[in-house]
Parts: sequence; C-alpha cells; structure tokens
Amino acid sequence: MSTNTASSSAGSGDPSTARKNSKRPKYSKFTQQELPACKPILTPGWVISTFLIVSVVFIPLGVISLFASQDVVEIVDRYDNDCIPAPARTNKVAFIQGASPKACNRTLTVTKRMKQPIYVYYQLENFYQNHRRYVKSRSDSQLRSPKYENQISACKPEDDAGGQPIVPCGLIAWSLFNDTYTLSRNNTPLAVNKKGIAWKSDKEHKFGNRVFPKNFQKGNLTGGATLKSDIPLSEQEDLIVWMRTAALPTFRKLYGKIETDLENGDTIHVTLQNNYNTYSFSGKKKLVLSTTSWLGGKNDFLGIAYLTVGGICFFLALAFTIMYLVKPRRLGDPSYLSWNRNPGGR
Amino acid sequence: MAGERRNKGMRLSKLYSFKCLKPFSKEDHSQIGSRGYSRVVFCNDPDNPEAIQLNYRGNYVSTTKYTATNFIPKSLFEQFRRVANIYFLVVAFVSFSPLAPYTAPSVLAPLLFVIGATMVKEGVEDLRRRRQDIEANNRRVKVFGKNGEFSETKWKNLRVGDLVKVYKDEYFPADLLLLSSSYEDGVCYVETMNLDGETNLKLKHALEITSDEEESVKNFRGVIKCEDPNEHLYSFVGTLHFQGQQYPLSPQQILLRDSKLRNTEYIYGVVVFTGHDTKVMQNATDPPSKRSKIERKMDKIIYILFSILIVIAFTGSVFFGIITRRDVTDDGKMRRWYLRPDQTTVFYQPQRAVLAAFFHFLTALMLYGYLIPISLYVSIEVVKVLQSIFINQDQEMYHEETDRPARARTSNLNEELGQVDTILSDKTGTLTCNSMEFVKCSIAGTAYGRGMTEVEVALRKQKGMSMTPQEEDSLSIKDIKANSTKSVKGFNFWDERIVDGQWVNQPNAELIQKFFRVLAICHTAIPDVDSDTGEISYEAESPDEAAFVIASRELGFEFFARSQTNISLHEIDYMTGEKVDRVYELLHVLEFSSSRKRMSVIVRNPENRLFLLSKGADSVMFERLAKHGRQNERETKEHIKRYAEAGLRTLVITYREVDEDEYRIWEEEFLNAKTLVTEDRDALIDAAADKIEKDLILIGSTAVEDKLQKGVPDCIEKLSQAGVKIWVLTGDKTETAINIGYACSLLREGMEKIMITLDSPDIETLEKQGDKDAVAKASFQSIKKQLRDGMSQTAAATNNSANENQKMFGLVIDGKSLTFALDKKLEKEFLELASRCSSVICCRSSPKQKALVTRLVKSGTGRTTLAIGDGANDVGMLQEADIGVGISGAEGMQAVMASDFAIAQFRYLERLLLVHGHWCYRRIAMMICYFFYKNLTFGFTLFWYEAYASFSGKPAYNDWYMSCYNVFFTSLPVIALGVFDQDVSARLCLKYPLLYQEGVQNILFSWERILGWMLNGIISSMIIFFLTINTLASQAFRKDGQVVDYSVLGVTMYSSVVWTVNCQMAISINYFTWIQHCFIWGSIGVWYLFLVIYGSLPPTFSTTAFRVFVETSAPSPICWLTLVLVTFSALLPYFAYRAFQIKFRPMYHDIIVEQRRTERFESGTRTTSAVSGELPVQVEFTLHHLRANLSRRDSWN
Repeated sequence: MSTNTASSSAGSGDPSTARKNSKRPKYSKFTQQELPACKPILTPGWVISTFLIVSVVFIPLGVISLFASQDVVEIVDRYDNDCIPAPARTNKVAFIQGASPKACNRTLTVTKRMKQPIYVYYQLENFYQNHRRYVKSRSDSQLRSPKYENQISACKPEDDAGGQPIVPCGLIAWSLFNDTYTLSRNNTPLAVNKKGIAWKSDKEHKFGNRVFPKNFQKGNLTGGATLKSDIPLSEQEDLIVWMRTAALPTFRKLYGKIETDLENGDTIHVTLQNNYNTYSFSGKKKLVLSTTSWLGGKNDFLGIAYLTVGGICFFLALAFTIMYLVKPRRLGDPSYLSWNRNPGGR
Repeated sequence: MAGERRNKGMRLSKLYSFKCLKPFSKEDHSQIGSRGYSRVVFCNDPDNPEAIQLNYRGNYVSTTKYTATNFIPKSLFEQFRRVANIYFLVVAFVSFSPLAPYTAPSVLAPLLFVIGATMVKEGVEDLRRRRQDIEANNRRVKVFGKNGEFSETKWKNLRVGDLVKVYKDEYFPADLLLLSSSYEDGVCYVETMNLDGETNLKLKHALEITSDEEESVKNFRGVIKCEDPNEHLYSFVGTLHFQGQQYPLSPQQILLRDSKLRNTEYIYGVVVFTGHDTKVMQNATDPPSKRSKIERKMDKIIYILFSILIVIAFTGSVFFGIITRRDVTDDGKMRRWYLRPDQTTVFYQPQRAVLAAFFHFLTALMLYGYLIPISLYVSIEVVKVLQSIFINQDQEMYHEETDRPARARTSNLNEELGQVDTILSDKTGTLTCNSMEFVKCSIAGTAYGRGMTEVEVALRKQKGMSMTPQEEDSLSIKDIKANSTKSVKGFNFWDERIVDGQWVNQPNAELIQKFFRVLAICHTAIPDVDSDTGEISYEAESPDEAAFVIASRELGFEFFARSQTNISLHEIDYMTGEKVDRVYELLHVLEFSSSRKRMSVIVRNPENRLFLLSKGADSVMFERLAKHGRQNERETKEHIKRYAEAGLRTLVITYREVDEDEYRIWEEEFLNAKTLVTEDRDALIDAAADKIEKDLILIGSTAVEDKLQKGVPDCIEKLSQAGVKIWVLTGDKTETAINIGYACSLLREGMEKIMITLDSPDIETLEKQGDKDAVAKASFQSIKKQLRDGMSQTAAATNNSANENQKMFGLVIDGKSLTFALDKKLEKEFLELASRCSSVICCRSSPKQKALVTRLVKSGTGRTTLAIGDGANDVGMLQEADIGVGISGAEGMQAVMASDFAIAQFRYLERLLLVHGHWCYRRIAMMICYFFYKNLTFGFTLFWYEAYASFSGKPAYNDWYMSCYNVFFTSLPVIALGVFDQDVSARLCLKYPLLYQEGVQNILFSWERILGWMLNGIISSMIIFFLTINTLASQAFRKDGQVVDYSVLGVTMYSSVVWTVNCQMAISINYFTWIQHCFIWGSIGVWYLFLVIYGSLPPTFSTTAFRVFVETSAPSPICWLTLVLVTFSALLPYFAYRAFQIKFRPMYHDIIVEQRRTERFESGTRTTSAVSGELPVQVEFTLHHLRANLSRRDSWN
C-alpha cells in the first residue's frame, strides 16, 4: 500500500498496519489532481513579447505574400456588355436568346512578360452556383457509371427528356457555360490547351469513362452548352470543371492553358462566341489570362491582411509597453486581494 | 447451538413501564375489515387456499428505474423531456423531407450518439441498483417449511404468512409480526438505523399469548387482519385472531424490514408485509431532485440561443423570399434561368414566395441548429460524474478512523458547492463528535474534575487571558495522566481526590458513593463482557448514558451484569476499601422521555432497603427536591451554570429512600394504571410516576462534554474568511450553544452579540397567568421590538463603517423566539437582521424549525444555502437546502441517505467547498461559456455564408463535417476543461479563502461574461468567414491554376474554425497537463484524420469531401497561410482583452497566480523560503515523494 504521508494529516502514523479493505482512495497524481501543469501567465513580458513575435512573423509573411501576388501577371477583360452590338443593348436578354450571330472580337495587350503556363479563365459574377436547389441538382452515381443512368430523382426538372433519362442530368450540367474563345497572337493562332484543366480525382473517380452524354439538352428548354455524345464524360473536361460548383457568386473557372510565353507588348486577339446568358440576372462575364506564383493567382488581400494583423500586434505591443511604463501594477499586488473594490457586491 | 437457549428469568417487559405498553386506540381497530384495512394474513399457513387466493406480492424487491422491457421507451421518454433534445428530434424527422439543408443521417448520427451516451449512463446506473437488489433478494433466512423443520431459503421466496426465524445481527427480511424471542417474555431489541438513522436500540415486545417455546410456535396458527400497506413507520393497526380470541396488535409487535435484530439470540415472526408492501419500501421515495443555479441559468441561455436562432432564420427567410420572388420578372421572364424558376417545387416558387420563405424558415431553423449545443447536456453530465469521482477520490477528505472517504451522492450539484453563501449547520455530531465524555461532576456542593474543556480553552484564548498557575498545573496533570494511563473512550475525568479509590478519603465519601451508584444503576444499558479479555463494554440507548456507566466503572462502580430483576456491580466499599460484588434488585424502571426529561429506577439494595434513584434535567429536577434535600442546591446550581458555560451537558443526580408501605401502595396504583385500557392511560401512568418521583434528595450533577470535532474552529475560521456565513441550528441550551459558538470561533471577542429571547419577566408572568393568546401577542410584540432594536444597532454600525474596523455582529435566537420570528409578518425583518450579522445561532430549535429557517434563507435571500448535519433530525434541513451535506459519522445513515454529499468530518467541508466547490464552479461555468462560444463561432459562419448563397439554405460545409463538429472535433477538450481545469492549486485555494467569493458573487457566470463569450464567438466567426473568402477569392489558389470551389472553401473555413476554437481553449484554460495537450491537439489531429479517411471513401459517400484534403487543399500554400492568419486574427480580440483585463482589472485568481509566481521566483533566487513561509514547490514535491517512498518501504517490512 502506498501511503501518502505528506497529505494524510489524519494521524496515519502507523503504515505497517496495512488495512486490506481500507476505503482510502488510492494515491496518484491524477486522482489527487496534482498533475504537473504549466501555463504561462499573462505577465507584461509575456503579453508584449507575444504581440511582438506575432508581428515579427506576420509582417514578413505579408511582405512575401504581397511580392508573390505582385509577380503574377493578370489580364482581365470584361466583355459581357461590349459584346452586345450597340443597337441591341437596350434588350440584351432578347439578343442573347435570339438567333443573331454572337461572335465578338476582343483585343488584349500584354503589359508585362507572361511566362507559360498562362491560364485562361472565364469569370462569372452574380451567378449563384451555390444555390441549394442548383447544387443538389445532379446525380453523382449516374455520372459515375452507366448502370445508374436512371438515378435521376435529384435532377428535376432536367431529369428526363420524353421519358428518357438525360445524361448528365440536372441543372448544373444543363446550364453548362458555352462561350468559346479563340485566341491569336500577332495573327498567329495561339493554342489553348483544354486538356488537364480538371482535377485528376474528378476525372478518375467521379466521371465515368464509359458514361456518354444522352438526351443532353433535348428537353423543352435549352440551357447552356451541348456535349459531344461520342466522348465519355471523363473526357469532357469543360463539364467536369463546370460541375465542380463554385463557393461564391463571383467565380472563375479554368478554360484552358496557353503553353507559350507571352511577351510584353504582345497583342492578343480573341474571337469569342458570346452565347451564355448572364444578362437576365445582370451577371458580368470576364475573360482572364493569368500566370501563377507559388501562391496562386493575383490577390493582394492575403498580404495586406498579414501586414494589418502584424501591424495591429505591433501597435498593441507598443501600447502595452507604454501602459506598463506609465501605470505599472506590481505583479501579485496584494492590495488587489480584496473584495472591497466592488462594495455592495454582497 | 449455544445461542439457542432462552434467557431464563428475563422479563424485561415488566420493568419498562412505558415502552412495552404503547397506547392504541380502539377506533383504529374498529376499522379493520373496511377499506384500507383489508389485509388478511394466515399465519404459518401460506399454502392455505384462501391465502393463495389473496395473491399478495412476493418478497422480491426491485428498486430499479427501468426493467429490461421498458428501458428503451422509458429512458427515451426521459431524454426527450429536454427542450433541446425535442428540437433535435423534430429536426431529425424533418431532415427526411426535402426541407432539410443536409442529409438525414448526418443529423441523426449525433443525436443518436448523444441520446445513446445518456442512455448508457442511465443503464449503467440502473444496473448498479439492480445488483444491489439481487444481493438483497438472495440473502438467506430460515423459514418453517412443510417438513416441520426450519430450512434456509432466499429472501425473495418468502410469502405472506411464512413463519421465519431470525438470528442476532441479521436483518429482517420483511415486515414481521413478532411471535416470540429468545427472551421468555418475547421481547427483542431492534436497531432501526437504516430506517430512521437512530442508533439506539428499540425494544419490541410480542403478545403474551404468542411468546412461547419453539415447539408451540411451530404449530402456531392464527389469522392477522390488518391495515393495507402504507408508509407510516410508527403505526400499525391490526388484530390477531387466535384460538377464537381477538388480540389487538400495535407497532410494538411489528419488526420492520431493513432493521436489525440486536442483543437477542433469535426471534420467531410471521411475515405480514412482503417486498414492496413493506413499510420501508413504501417509504422509499426519491429525494427531491435538485438542480444547480448554473444549470437553471443555462436553460435561460438556451432560450436566448433559440431566440438568436429564430431571429437569424427569420432574417434569412425574408431575404430568401425577396430574392426568390425576383427570380421571375413581372413579364414572366426568368432572371436566374439556371435555377429553372418556371418548373420548380413549392420551396423555391417565385409566384408563392411567401410560402417558399416560410418553408425556408423551417430549413434555416435546422441549418442554424448548430447554435444550440446538442452535446452540452451530455458533456455536462459526463463532466459532473468525473468531477464526483475526483471528490470521492480525494485523500484529504478521507477519514482514517471511520474508514470513510467523501462521497458525492449526486453529481448534479458539484458546481453549486462553489457558490455557497450560507451554511446552516447542526451542532451535535456535526460540529461536535457526538461521543460524550464524562469530564466533571459536582457532588454535594463540591466541584470535581480538573480537566479543561476545549470550549474553556478556546474561551480563554478569545479573551487573551493567560492561565493562572493553578490552571496550568491542572493542565499538566492532565497531560501526565494522559501519558501514564491509556485513555478510555467516553471518559476524560481527572481529579486526584476521586480517582484510584481516593474518594473514600473525601469528607463527603458517602454522598460520592451514592452519586456513582446512581450513575451505575439508573440506566438502561446492557453490559457486554468480552469473554477473552474480561473487559466490559456497554450497549446504551444514548451516548450520555454510556458515558455515565463508563465513568462509574472507571471510578470503581463497575456494572457488569443485568438480569431480569437484578443489576450487579463490583464496588469498592468505602469503609473497608475492598472490592465487593453487590446485587441490586431492580423493581421498576421509569424511562427517560423527552417530555419527562428524567429517568428513575426503583431498586432494593442488598441491605433490603428501597431506593428511588433519579437523574434528569435541571429544569424538572429542582422542583422535585425535598425540603431537606436542598442542602447543596445553591452550589450545585452555580456549578451547573458554570458547566453549561463551558459547553457541557448537565444532569442532576438525586435519590430518595422509599419505605416499604409507600412503595406497596404506589406500586399497586402504578400497576393499575399500567393495565388500564382507557385512553388516558398514559396520563395516569405519568401521574403515578410523578407520585413517587418527589421529595428527592440532591446529590449533585454531572457534566458531560460533547467534544468539538477536530479542526472545526480552523475550518469555520477559513469559511468565514471566504465570506461564507455560518448559521448554527441546534437543539441545545442557549448557553451551551453560545459557548460552542465561541469555541469554534463562530463568535469572537469584539463581536457584538444580539440576543433575541423570550425569557423576560413580563412574558413569564403572562405565562403563569396561562392566557395563551396574551402570551402569543406579547411575545410577538417583544420579538418585533427586539428585531427592530437589533436592526438599528447594526444600521448604526454600518453607517459608521467609514472607519476601518467594522463591527461584527452575532445573532443568537432561541427556539421559542424563532417560532415568532419565522412568522410571515416578521420573517423579512428577521432575515434582514440575520443577514447583517456574520454569524447566527439558533438554539433550542426543532427539526421542523431547522427546515423552516433553511427555507427562509434560501428563498429570502435567493442565495445558495448548504445544510450540514448528521442525524435524522437534520433530514428536513438537508432536503430543503440547495445542498445537503451529511456527516457519515456514528449516528446512523439517515442524514447521509438524504444528503447530496457525505463527508466524515465537518472539517472536510473546507476542502469540499474551497477546493472542489471552487474548481467545479469554475469548470462548469467556463465550460458552458466555452460551449456557447464554440457553437456560435461555428453557427455564425454558416449564416454569413448564407448571405453569399442568396440565403438558399446551402451550408458552407459538407454535412458530415458539421455533424461531427460537436461530437468529435471539439468535445474532448471541453470535457477536459470541465474535469481538470484549475485556476490555482488546492493549496492556494485554501490559503486564499477569499477566492471563493468568485463563486458566491457568481463572477464567472455573470451575464456580462456569458454575453462576452457569445460576442467573442460572433466576432470570431466574422473574422474567420470574411478573411477566408477574401483570401480565397476567385483567383487561382495553387500554382497549377486551379480555382477555389465549394469544397475547398468549406474545408479551409472549417479547418479555421476547428483550429480557432481549440486554440481558444488552449489560451483560456489555466491548467495545462499532458491531458489537455493530448485532447486539444488531438482534436485538431482527429479532424485531419477524419478528412483523410472520409475523403478516401467513394465519392458517392464523401461527395464534396472526396480527396479534397490530400489532392486539393493540402498542397496549396495559400490554404495554410490563410489558416494561420485566420486563427491568429480570431484569437487576437480575446487575447488583447485578457491582457488588458489582467493589467487593469485583474481577477482575484490572476493576482494569486502572479503572487505565486513572484514568490517562487524570489524564493528561488534567495534560496530561502522565508518569504512565503513555505518550501518552494520543487522541494516540496521531492519531499513528498521521499515520504511516500519511505512509508511504502515501511509497509513492506
């Protein structure tokens, strides 16, 4: 029996009489709640140095992030308005839904050298791919395997066309983006590689290579793009990209990659087919060419945020230092050990 | 079998005048056969066809809440009595409809987990009860069987009408009718500790016609007609039909289940009530269930959260309705054509946007359900059970002598222990040991006994008086004596004039002899001679009586045998100085009762002279003295007063010689009275007794000390330093109570005493006139005036409180005054006055008054009350108070059974409150605050996301992330917080008792604090959400040009939430052991583990989580950078606030922690511990270990 004499004040002076059936609680640091513990208390030193360390780490991180973001060259061209012929601009929806030709030419100028790979995105705004009805309107099992072609219950109203299941079914697939871009530099066509823009796992595990589009866009209303019915879904990368729904109403999606460098001053002509209707909900459309850094695309927010938080911490450190210098409080000052400070509390 | 012989010649029933003849009223018996009195028992004939037809319940007992069949429905029902659980159940049902924002299984799983965990807990508890039942049901008892023999059988097989034989120290298996016992006249002794907690033995008495030898008992046939099962322990109405005659039965013949046979070799009995029909089972009601204040407040917070939930759901619905209506323009064109608003369900129909909004409201209620912490209740329950284990395991609250550790009998009230404002304490057995010690006596006007009582010592200390040489001398004598002779329990008397037979040389030797003879003869104790050592111990009805018998034994009047009519003593003859055996013939015992307040015996001494020996309270004895018996009255009265002041209990000892004729006349009258069957028999017996108990001759008085328990003054000192008010409610005399008050430092020198009493001359004269109304009216006025006076007295002091030393007040009120003070009209004033006093003593209070006072304090102040007591008379108080603490001491288990916590000694209360109470309060308060924080943090990110998803009800995260949030990723650290956290160590809790005020003033669970934490949660959610969506905006988030989609944003944001809430835990707890490290970092680890495992499941299961971590977000540096940024930013407001708070408005524990740190630092540098007066922790720690090792080695040797 292990007797803890130090704590047993109740006269346990006779440890030899080991009582077998004693109800004495067993001693362990755990049961007696005496486990060694540490916790830095918030002394001025700790507070100030914590703030300082955070600011010392965060400010350089912010600077690095900003540099990374600055390295990225990005060309953004909003074309949704300009690609409507001026006379039709009073009723854009009618134009986009009409049969008139939709081709449109845009010219972009490269202001800084862009190293390959250069990513081509389309950016939509005010488009709620995250709407609950929209997100749910798909059939993962149908996409995966021809066996489950008939699992279309979630896809209403784009579930079947004349009793035949639509593959791929649902609102997401149905509203597939269908603007196309043809790029040329200095009158030589600029190849846009549309392979390898989807996630590998999507291609391999979510979209079956034996599933072919069926009855797609054959319903009473045509939504977006059509699909070639002889290519399996796993190769329809535009669809795969589109079906990976965006989180926010403003989003970009990969259109392709340009695998040559673009030099400063290059002009790029884009011939685009302006098919996709964002006008009815006044959504913007943009074409984006962008390089990437190790951090990804161009966004200064991260760097600025780091700098801000680091700055605030630095300021706080400073403020606390001053406060401690101006109005010091002795650590563990016993004058605070009194409830007299809040009289009437009783 | 040696024990089977009957104790020949013992007819105790004749001697005990009152006990054996309990009154019964004819009226009750006339009811037999009618409703409520219809039970028929065929004695010793359970197989009688009529008996079988009656079909009474068996003796099988089950105290479990559930049975195997009803467990599931019943426990489920219990579960869903909680609002939050009903909400979640409804959500779970609705989740199968298209309204649900997420899949049904992800809602059901956590609900099932939580419900399941609670059910398992219930089940385990019930199983434990079941095991106890099985143990009880399978105990064995001897039953008379068909074969004409007594054979053993299990309790559960007993039937009504069975004849059983119960041996000494066995429990009765059912409610029995006592037929006969090993005593010739069929009496037996019963210990009813399990029923009412009283340790004294009770005498039961069989009807004369049944108290026969075994052989005739075997053939006993009779029919009992009696009352139906009921819960009245002290009543029984029945008739025995036997041989054509009817015999009324009374509680005297009934032996109750769960009481124990004592001092009697065996009894025969007939089973009357079995199993659940027995009185004890009928009595078994659940104690009132108590809930802590924190929990009640928590319910309010849950309602607040529900309101927040409804408000944000409503806001979302309004926006959703507006947006949905605009999906189709007035001319029928679709705006957001990709949603096909032309072909939609009712939930999104633009034409019926209001309806859609309403349905959306329901959806949103489910979606934001994460604001309501589903696992809060179950977590709290788990935490409390673990906290209780810590209380039970605390070595510092283990009592070596009685081998009793502390017991938390309920885990509901742990945190309430940290908020106690007023302690209401019993005195006897709680503050004192309840083991009486004979310390002084006054014989023939001379005071004997040199020892000083603890009260006296304490009084002296209070007064700052130094001891006179003589007193020091007496103390040192005591020390010598204590060292030389072994101490005898119950005896602490030293006077060289008396001990060791020296009394024979005293001038009053004859009176001294008489005195001790009275003590040795006038009692009802039974000697128990140890056959090996020859030592004699006594079984007495009360500890006082035991003290007397022991004292007389120690001083040479050894009572060693009692037969039916004789009491035998070893005595020292003072003439010869030799030891002789004297046998006194015991003629009558007039027992002690609370109304008589005295006890007498009539004996014939060996010289054939008749004596009445009597002892009793001074209030009744002095008036019975003979004219010539008052010689020493003045001195004795003086001594009694002094003894009372010294906290001693006194009894007056008298005797009287009775001449034969007088005795004969009296006996006749007395026996007549005894055999009367009229209703006023009791009064007649009393009157008869009165007749002989007169013209007594005063010998002296005894003084018995009820010793203070160890450490009581220190404990009370600490508790009052902690700002806890202590009220003592006692049945004792005012002087005794006041002196105990001084002894245990409840009252201190310099404290102003306010006495409220009705012992004023005017009222006494009124009482003498006997006009009850006038007395009541005058008393009321007097109390009112006294209360007013007290008020003005205290008010004057508080007004002058500008000066430093504020005056302290102690209020003393006696039971009679209390009756008026507790009157509806006065209670407010009484309470007001009492709350201005730092200690309150109520003396002469009845159990009922104790409970009433408790209720008054509880409901009047609204503060937490704790009642502590040890006896059955404290049960009302214990159940009434917010917390009942039972002392598991000598006096039975009744108080413990009614208590919420049981400790062995009063002094453990200090640790229970200041350490465990403080910790538990802190833990639960912090835990609940943190729970709300973490759920608001999480829930509000969902809401902000909705604003970016046109309030369509799409959650930002995968369903399963969300459902695991409360159960896996955040639960363990918060449980660890609730179980282990401690702001300062136990030692410091005790060193700075004021720390306890944090709980009393409810600082850690004030509304500001709760709302502060909620605000912190909302701010954190905003930081998390807006920083994340802006850094992971539309641009590529990896080098390979991929952009953030729904799944990546969800994972990153969710990771931020998990990191933030867990790190928030890390910076807000005060106690960091490996367990905390393990749980906090482990929870974060579990989240990533979950992500990897869940992500590797086929996409039909994992949907948006499929490979999202491994393939998508982990290789992206910006995701990690975002995580770091968000986590630090979200913690920044809290950290800055804390730093600011510690700087300018430090909390009490902050200071103590700092002080501790500086002390340790200083003592470390100076290498001396003189500063703090204590050893540095490390040294202490090492020492501690060395000692432990040493003792371990000792125990091996």
